[in-house]
Amino acid sequence: MADLIVLIILLSLGYGFGRLAENKHYKSIKKREHQLRELYVMATKYPPATNPAPATTLVSGSVVISVDYFKRFVASLRNLIGGRVKSYESLLDRARREALLRMKEQANELGADMIFNVKIETSSIHKGRKNAVGSVEVLAYGTALVPSSTASTASSTTGA
Amino acid sequence: MIITNLEMIPGKKLVKHLGLVQGSSVRAKHVGRDIMASLKNIFGGELKGYTELLQESREEAMSRMQEQASAVGANAVLNIRFSTSSIAQGAAELFAYGTAVVVE
Repeated sequence: MADLIVLIILLSLGYGFGRLAENKHYKSIKKREHQLRELYVMATKYPPATNPAPATTLVSGSVVISVDYFKRFVASLRNLIGGRVKSYESLLDRARREALLRMKEQANELGADMIFNVKIETSSIHKGRKNAVGSVEVLAYGTALVPSSTASTASSTTGA
Repeated sequence: MIITNLEMIPGKKLVKHLGLVQGSSVRAKHVGRDIMASLKNIFGGELKGYTELLQESREEAMSRMQEQASAVGANAVLNIRFSTSSIAQGAAELFAYGTAVVVE
């Protein structure tokens, strides 16, 4: 009986706080994605040839996110019948978008206008009981191209 | 030293190819962080301690790779890749590798 009560308390805590945290996170993700929409992120390897050539810097963003107790419980039920595990889908979606955003923020600070050859890597870091996925790490990295136009525009204005 | 995950550096000419360089670091999480993490496992959300820990060890792997690159006389590392694997309960290996080159 006591076990059942503990389980119910943990489930409701997970449900309440988990939902709250997820909604808050999605809100902040959407806001920041809107702010950084001018920064192009590409998965292609070859940047356009421009003159003067841009400076390149490696940028990366990573995040470790944990799933809450309620969602893990739901996922373990889902394991019995199979099918889409929606609770993990939203976890991974949040983690990827957050990692991409952190990469973009880093590039934005450098004054970059594009990020090329972006790779995203996912790994499960913390495994709980019975090897259930506890938290995932997502790393996004790419090469930021910082246009060297600041120097060239200065010289062209003095030339004109 | 120029570090990039492109296969070339815009505006620079590749002079010499020096082969693969790599760096790795294995880190274990400490107990305090593990307790926090198990709390977070109930509530959900970001595990900031782990994010920092992995970031630090990734930087260490990168700097080891850079050391190797400068030892062979390179001034740039191209086509960098990262990989993460959890080798044991509570420990993760961060690995970085790339191609050391000399550019003009």
